[in-house]
Amino acid sequence: MSAITPELVAEHGLSTDEYDRILELLGRAPNLVELGIFSVMWSEHCSYKSTRVHLRRLPTKAPWVIQGPGENAGVVDIGDGDAAVFKMESHNHPSFIEPYQGAATGVGGIMRDVFTMGARPIAMLNALRFGAPQHPKTRHLVSGVVAGIGGYGNCMGVPTVGGEVNFHPSYNGNILVNAMCVGLARADNIFLSAAKGAGNPVVYIGSKTGRDGIHGATMASAEFGEDAQEKRPTVQVGDPFTEKLLLEACLELMATDAIIAIQDMGAAGLTSSSAEMADKGGSGIELDLDKVPQREAEMTAYEMMLSESQERMLAVLKPGREKQAEAIFKKWELDFAVIGITTLTDRLVVRHKGQVVADLPVGALSNAAPLYERPFERRPGLSGVPAYDRSRPLGECLLRLLGSPDLCARRWIWEQYDHTVMNDTVQRPGGDAAVVRIHASQKGLAMTTDVTPRYCFADPFEGGKQAVAEACRNLSAVGARPLAATDNLNFGNPQKPQIMWQIVAAIDGIAEACRVLDCPIVSGNCSLYNETNGEGILPTPTIGAIGLLSDVQRMASVGFKREGDVLLLVGQTMGHLGQSVFLREIEGREEGAAPPVDLLAERTHGSFVRELIEAGRVDTCHDVGDGGLLVAVSEMALAGGIGVMLAPAEGLLGPGAAAADAVAFWFGEDQGRYLLSVPSERVDAILSEAKRRQVPCWPIGQVGGEQLVVDGTKLSLAQLRGAHEGWFPAYMGASELPPVN
Amino acid sequence: MRAKAPIPGLMVPSMRAAVIVFPASNCDRDAASALEELTGQKTQMVWHQQNELPAGVDLVVLPGGFSYGDYLRTGAMAAHSNIMPAVRAHADRGGAVLGICNGFQVLTETHMLPGVLMRNAGLKFVCHMTELVVSESQSAFTRKYTAGQHVTFPVAHGEGNYTADEATLDRLEGEGRVAFRYAPGHNCNGSMRDIAGILSEKRNVLGLMPHPERVCDPLLGGTDGRALFQSLIETLG
Repeated sequence: MSAITPELVAEHGLSTDEYDRILELLGRAPNLVELGIFSVMWSEHCSYKSTRVHLRRLPTKAPWVIQGPGENAGVVDIGDGDAAVFKMESHNHPSFIEPYQGAATGVGGIMRDVFTMGARPIAMLNALRFGAPQHPKTRHLVSGVVAGIGGYGNCMGVPTVGGEVNFHPSYNGNILVNAMCVGLARADNIFLSAAKGAGNPVVYIGSKTGRDGIHGATMASAEFGEDAQEKRPTVQVGDPFTEKLLLEACLELMATDAIIAIQDMGAAGLTSSSAEMADKGGSGIELDLDKVPQREAEMTAYEMMLSESQERMLAVLKPGREKQAEAIFKKWELDFAVIGITTLTDRLVVRHKGQVVADLPVGALSNAAPLYERPFERRPGLSGVPAYDRSRPLGECLLRLLGSPDLCARRWIWEQYDHTVMNDTVQRPGGDAAVVRIHASQKGLAMTTDVTPRYCFADPFEGGKQAVAEACRNLSAVGARPLAATDNLNFGNPQKPQIMWQIVAAIDGIAEACRVLDCPIVSGNCSLYNETNGEGILPTPTIGAIGLLSDVQRMASVGFKREGDVLLLVGQTMGHLGQSVFLREIEGREEGAAPPVDLLAERTHGSFVRELIEAGRVDTCHDVGDGGLLVAVSEMALAGGIGVMLAPAEGLLGPGAAAADAVAFWFGEDQGRYLLSVPSERVDAILSEAKRRQVPCWPIGQVGGEQLVVDGTKLSLAQLRGAHEGWFPAYMGASELPPVN
Repeated sequence: MRAKAPIPGLMVPSMRAAVIVFPASNCDRDAASALEELTGQKTQMVWHQQNELPAGVDLVVLPGGFSYGDYLRTGAMAAHSNIMPAVRAHADRGGAVLGICNGFQVLTETHMLPGVLMRNAGLKFVCHMTELVVSESQSAFTRKYTAGQHVTFPVAHGEGNYTADEATLDRLEGEGRVAFRYAPGHNCNGSMRDIAGILSEKRNVLGLMPHPERVCDPLLGGTDGRALFQSLIETLG
């Protein structure tokens, strides 16, 4: 075996200090296999070494939380013995290098995280961030990522029901692919990964191990340089067919009581699954690599321990249950092998061809992993009210905004995803939150992913708050009570103090919003080093949240439903144009303060709206988000195919509003707002209830006709639709890229 | 799967249905639950490695999905699985067979139906509601529709581009075996003569790309699919 040189240590992504620590922990030099094991276990991706101290500040508990962070996915109680199991995870680096397989295996990985807990996946969402539309790689990446997500999810037969997509030049060299999976389990049949007890068989199930994805976790913990494409061999190749069989086989095995612990082999494959299971169970594990099902001959121990071949699971069974389990996996034509045993030793011992090739204390890989309190440079958020042209014609601005890359319809994407399989999708993509019915019940789970990276860049604390607030708002807008969230923190290089500040402040913002809005974080993932040639992405802490509807029949949706309804605006409008889409798309500038988030107002407005929906008094609701009021109204008109005459009363801007002009009113991105469309006979009661609860609420128009009428400007639904629906297919199908604006 | 009460007002019929489960079938549960809701009876799930259908089965459903991961060709490997000779024998005896989406692909691969389903003309997977025209109401599958009626079913497939030679197409049309067509402007996959679903010569086998089982519940966006299953219940029950 080759000697461990400083170059070899560096190639494994370990610092000199970290290597010295390994020498100290072992009392000797590691061999190459052991170095490889340390390199993945101590990678940022697996160890969270830069963020762990900060993640502790996130609220993770509530009476309905069954399992918080630290397991493969979070679990919440949704009543009647049912539990929702969910998590979001990034597959950013691989998706940039090989978009189809990177995105596909991202979907496969997060599904395994959910079904390894004993849940059947019932919905998928994806939060995607691409570079500027005019960047030469963007279209290729969009097309590959969307095809990869569809290729995997469609075959699995799990509906892909929601998500979000943004374009920004900061992602030119580092796209973000964050995949979220929601599953359904019985609350009393949740499977965990603690390999408790000694003498229990350790079994390998699923696909064979090959030489793919070796060092994926290490790759995902470093910046890209010009050589990003040379990292293609570190990207795994997915096989959704095998995963579908693995899902069914695992659920069949989980219906027996043969399993003590189970974990998917994700990042760092056999290494992390065995080490983490032993660590959590307070046991040791001995593995015999000769027993591992292998796709290729002559694989070395190093390759087998670091392979990230997909669609594999590691389980610890009760002794004597091997035959029963094997029969199930044979039925599904999957590999099954007893490859080891749990021990009392607290050591991970790996044998290959009769030799011990690694013998490491489990604690050294997990608890003793480095933990950094990296320095950060505190910075105030950007401030100031940007200048803009107050005389811009509303209609022209609206059409440009509706047809802009960040606000246009995403139909081109979601029509490539099977979003109705499983026969429970009661709210399809395109609304505020997707809603999936709990099969054969009246209950529904609402789900959404949200973050506004430009706000996070301007002010990571307010941006962190906003991500959680918007997620909860989207859930409330369909009538769901927010239950819990998963956080997928995408940032640049944490060794840069200004990036570390973004991380620290965003986590604080998320924590505060989660506390006030009663929405604990139950699972999550960090993706750092999203930089290419030293340029970091916009800070993007994506929040995935789920909420519960007790009666899906009463769910609200975005589209206008009746002529003659009165359109009500809930929440204060201050005309906040800093960091708005209007400012960027129309004025061509990204500046000013992010909109402040009043969490108490979010809470009050959210309950007000939700209770109206739950009581069956409101069936049409939309959250006011990117692009502001006029964009939100247009979306309601387009979704319902009915026009609207807007006539807000004078003086609707809140006290101390920055600007009193129509542009600020209609395109400002103030937070905490909703639009409700209600039959006229219900308006008075709703307004007086709003008054009693001190919720700002005013009528701003009447639904009807085939036009949107505002301030003397008339736009037909066809015009709005053309702008809104046109951009994506035109962009993806055009023979030339759009001009740089 | 939790048991569901049948829809009130429906007489309890006696049609017995079986759904074949291939590796990576993924609409098997959807078909079963739609059938159970309409018939009030348990649907039998039949594993592809079995050699026989359960006794007394009236309707066999080949469900949607990605059987064998679409490897080789869609439906090609499933067409050679253990259960298929029994499905063919059931059809030969005059029993009803409904192939939805991947099930339609399996039926063409077994030559129980003519033609092939090629890659969608746009080369992309398509999932959306699609307007169809019921072209033929004279069958066990369509008798509760009227010919020329427009219905809306969802599609969800990457390979639904129905293709056959001209003689076959003429024959299908001449014999009234085109059961469903995509309505004008709704041909989402390039299918020849807008064909969405066809009947076998004996009219007891239907292959259909769109998903009737996904539109049997108003909460899911429509109930246009119910009449297809109700036609079968009325005929076979």
